[in-house]
Amino acid sequence: MTLIQASAAKNIVIFGASSAIAMACARRWAGEDVHFFLVGRRQDRLTQVAEDLSTLGASVHCAVCDFSNLDEHENTLDACMAALGRIDLALLAWGSLPDQEACEGDSTLAAEAFHSNGLAVVALLSSLARRMAPQASGTIAVISSVAGDRGRASNYVYGAAKAAVSTFCSGLRARLRRSGVHLLLIKPGFVATPMTQGLSLPALLVATPETVASDITRALKKSRNTLYTPWFWRVIMLVIKGIPEPVFKRLKF
Amino acid sequence: MPAACCCGWLLRVSSQRYQSWGRVEPPTQAARALYWRDEPLPIDAADGASYLPFGNGRSYGDVCLNDGGTLLDCRHLNRLIHFDAEQGTLRCEAGVLLADILRFVTERGWFVPVSPGTQYVTVGGAIANDVHGKNHHRAGTFGQHLRCFELLRSDGQRLLCSATDNSDFFRATIGGLGLTGVITWAEFSLRAIDNVFIDQESIRYSDLNEFFALARESDQHFEHTVAWIDCLATGAQLGRGLFMRGNHSSGENPPHQSPQKSPRQLPPRRRLALPFTPPFALVNGPGLKLFNALYYRRQRSAQVHSRVHYQRFFYPLDAIAHWNRMYGPRGFYQYQCVLPEATMEGATRQMLERIASAGAGSFLATLKLFGNRPSPGLLSFPMPGATLALDFPNQGDKTLRLLDALDRVTLDAGGRVNPSKDGRMSAAAFQQSYPNWDEMNAYKDSRLSSSFWRRVSGEAA
Repeated sequence: MTLIQASAAKNIVIFGASSAIAMACARRWAGEDVHFFLVGRRQDRLTQVAEDLSTLGASVHCAVCDFSNLDEHENTLDACMAALGRIDLALLAWGSLPDQEACEGDSTLAAEAFHSNGLAVVALLSSLARRMAPQASGTIAVISSVAGDRGRASNYVYGAAKAAVSTFCSGLRARLRRSGVHLLLIKPGFVATPMTQGLSLPALLVATPETVASDITRALKKSRNTLYTPWFWRVIMLVIKGIPEPVFKRLKF
Repeated sequence: MPAACCCGWLLRVSSQRYQSWGRVEPPTQAARALYWRDEPLPIDAADGASYLPFGNGRSYGDVCLNDGGTLLDCRHLNRLIHFDAEQGTLRCEAGVLLADILRFVTERGWFVPVSPGTQYVTVGGAIANDVHGKNHHRAGTFGQHLRCFELLRSDGQRLLCSATDNSDFFRATIGGLGLTGVITWAEFSLRAIDNVFIDQESIRYSDLNEFFALARESDQHFEHTVAWIDCLATGAQLGRGLFMRGNHSSGENPPHQSPQKSPRQLPPRRRLALPFTPPFALVNGPGLKLFNALYYRRQRSAQVHSRVHYQRFFYPLDAIAHWNRMYGPRGFYQYQCVLPEATMEGATRQMLERIASAGAGSFLATLKLFGNRPSPGLLSFPMPGATLALDFPNQGDKTLRLLDALDRVTLDAGGRVNPSKDGRMSAAAFQQSYPNWDEMNAYKDSRLSSSFWRRVSGEAA
């Protein structure tokens, strides 16, 4: 609701709307006069998210899309523009954590993981930018990851895809600046979501989706460019990026 | 190597993610989260381990713990499903917090039907512990406002439970401590309000007789009543305290829109927090005595009227995040008992005398009269009579001996102890004071268990 007052974002499209972070964000933004267009892979889950948001007073449209299938992007965006008219805020939130070891043994798996977390995002962002640039306003928020800041032995396939997204976004932001469209790149650390379920993560470093959503909302309000969430990941990643490669390659994390 | 130390410390902290509010013993248990209400429970058919639904960890003792087993974390089931603004009913998933519900419904002219002393409990937890609040004498327990809920059993069966459908499971699940299955969603009735304020009166009273007179009189005219008692006062002053009573403020125009708003009418703005656990309990003998004496005199006149925001009236402790850490690394026990009407005056006196002579009281002791609206729950705690609740810092055997002595007073008076606050009552005490426990056990899901249940039912681990 804060966001709505701040930037009058009333037409919101969310790609990957049933991801935990996206749901927590949407719940924050929902209210009267807010129109959502939710895109996800599974109708049953979109329905549950839509019920929540419409109970909170928003109007909600849903569309099923498999983001890995790039051919579906244009149709989905057409449906989105038809439903919303214009886009005030677009959030790209889908992602899946591949099994790094499995990727090492199977190139197809590695390519698929890179495709869905990286290429598909790049493709959708390109189409989205073409539609939002003529509006001369609006914001694109993209969830990348701190994993994209440096390739670690334990998840460099995922990290490389996120690095591609981060670099692409930096360029896209510069290009869109003249047209008045803003881009926020979000780099969450560990978040307690279905994606990280089963990983043994240090509890102190694991944030809730609600904390991340609150940070995202604030960053949007302030038109920030890059957000590390929670804030201490900026410090952690600064240290990790500063480790010289000869030392870094000996670290097993 | 500092990095190794740091990692070790982090791992230690990580194992403490699921604790009860009293923090007495850190349990060893795994956890799996539930994310979607239509998915099957993440239970291994073959592993033989026990599971327990976990909400927000606000019960004090071990009803929310499953030492040696696995918790099913339900906090992600936090979506609303349907709100009927005309009838004042809400259907939502079981992991939604009352705090979130309040934020949503108070703007629309409604309030939760019953609320415990913290708003940070889940709907599922409120049902499983059949929670009560300051309005018990009018509204009864949370379970009495439930229209229906879905119960997901470990065998995958989904039961729609209400007073008419699967009514046996309905009764066993209300106050069923999470043992009959996972509540995935629930629908309940709300209470209409004109605005978010409470017209509150705070009355200083000087002894126990005065409390009972005040409580009986107040319950006729006030929807919410509770007394804070100075549990270290003795002799003629035994049971002295502050009696708080209030009604939802009436009037269409919310007073917060008027320019002359008093600070008490605003919700507390900043949440204070205890960021870490101090190495020792901050609640100790002399400090406690001083706090109680000062608190008793915090208002200059004997009676104070004010209009306050509901947050300040219902949830003063919620303003301090992690206040339970104040009790240090050993944690604390809460003791809450109900003493039936016939014996309550003598038994309350006896209990307060014991506590005062042990010098072990707490800084927040409360006393309230329950009403006579029976809950459908088989194991529901309240009964007509007086309920006394106090915190005791955990000082090992000394504390346990005192609590056992209090149990004897409670049982002799025909009363019982609240399971959702308990971490130590004996199996004999439980089975004697909850004769329905055996009946409830018949509806228990064979794959679900808790540390509490193994202790009081004698079920094998």
